[in-house]
Amino acid sequence: MRHDHLIGAKQLSRTDIESVLDRAAEFDADPTAFADTRPDTLLALCFFEPSTRTKMSFDAAIKRLGGSATDMGSVDSSSVTKGESLADTMRVVAGYADGIVLRHPSEGAARLAAEFVDVPVINAGDGAGQHPSQTLLDLYTIRENAGLDDLRIGVMGDLKYGRTVHSLAGALTNFDARMHFISPESLALPRNVRFDLHESGAVVKEHTDLDAVLDELDVLYVTRIQRERFPDESEYRAVAGEYRIDADVLADARDELTVMHPLPRVDEIAPDIDDTDHARYFEQAHNGVPVRMALLDSML
Amino acid sequence: MTDTELRVSKIRDGTVIDHVPGGTALHVLAVLGIDGSGDEEISLGMNVPSDRLGRKDILKIEDRELSADEVDVLSLIAPRASINIVREYEVSEKSRVSRPDEVIGVLSCPNVSCITTGEEPVDSAFDVLDDGVRCRYCDTIVRDDVASLIEST
Repeated sequence: MRHDHLIGAKQLSRTDIESVLDRAAEFDADPTAFADTRPDTLLALCFFEPSTRTKMSFDAAIKRLGGSATDMGSVDSSSVTKGESLADTMRVVAGYADGIVLRHPSEGAARLAAEFVDVPVINAGDGAGQHPSQTLLDLYTIRENAGLDDLRIGVMGDLKYGRTVHSLAGALTNFDARMHFISPESLALPRNVRFDLHESGAVVKEHTDLDAVLDELDVLYVTRIQRERFPDESEYRAVAGEYRIDADVLADARDELTVMHPLPRVDEIAPDIDDTDHARYFEQAHNGVPVRMALLDSML
Repeated sequence: MTDTELRVSKIRDGTVIDHVPGGTALHVLAVLGIDGSGDEEISLGMNVPSDRLGRKDILKIEDRELSADEVDVLSLIAPRASINIVREYEVSEKSRVSRPDEVIGVLSCPNVSCITTGEEPVDSAFDVLDDGVRCRYCDTIVRDDVASLIEST
């Protein structure tokens, strides 16, 4: 892959994706064997929103490659509280490091940052926009468990605001995937994602009920429905309950069904699925390190 | 000269914008940065009968010839508009608007979470689609009422 920045999944070709996943497989086989790959590389971690998995896995990835990371810390302790613009913050950080990993609550933040710096920017989540490095590890997990071609995938939960969903949908247009999107009508795919899927000619169906499609899926990708998207607690509970899966729900699924989740989950996947062969969400999270090693290795 | 054209006075020098969708002339003025506070002389016909549009608006602006950028943005809200440049009471140039590929610094993104709506040193940027515009930063697509996004409104 040869890009100056990674802003959204739409910029990734099938060749780009496969080259990162192939390299990730090499790192995955023995993550400790590559410590001389990027010995002098310093990565800046700029997280304007909380993060556990993404931040720690980028940190681990650059260190596994022999490099190091410098962390902006929390927003509360940064110059952002003094009213500094993102553009200024990024220009300053670009002078310290060889690459920037940016998470920000505003959509388009990574795109803006990329305009002001001359080091690679990786979008680690911009509001309800995109999260392309998550998508790469999602694709790696799908490839390992179900394969990326002739794939029947269901994506369920908050499709409107879920940035992992938006990026995954865009990237899957590179493959022979039949996509089913399952959500309450109020959280259906946003107009721009639907537009891009239509433009790509992807095979897409939308549903409000998982039962309509569960028995044909190879992969079920579940996302969290957030309380703050609903006007009151009772409406949230009613809707969220309909999109919760447990072992009973999966009784109708194919034995080979792979269940994924970008995490953190709240209660949309019941713990009784954790020990079944369907559950791949912790493996998915573990894949964050080798995949981000491959991404950093290709960009820095 | 038709009865419709007689409803607004002839101008000596300036621009006549015809075949504007009925009821949108005030948005056109907003595109041009005309809010009545300056000394421009404007004649307006709104919702006048039109064979092509059913109802149309027509604007006559004294002593001003539109720039290419202004015509580009005008095309978003009045895609079938015609532009007549008038000199000494005669039409000296006549053209139709054409849609640009992009519009920079004119529209504000309606997505309150878009980075361009904050205090950042960037102009808004929209790609023009067949039936709307798309924010280049946050990807928000707007199809209806693009005129309401004009920053001066």
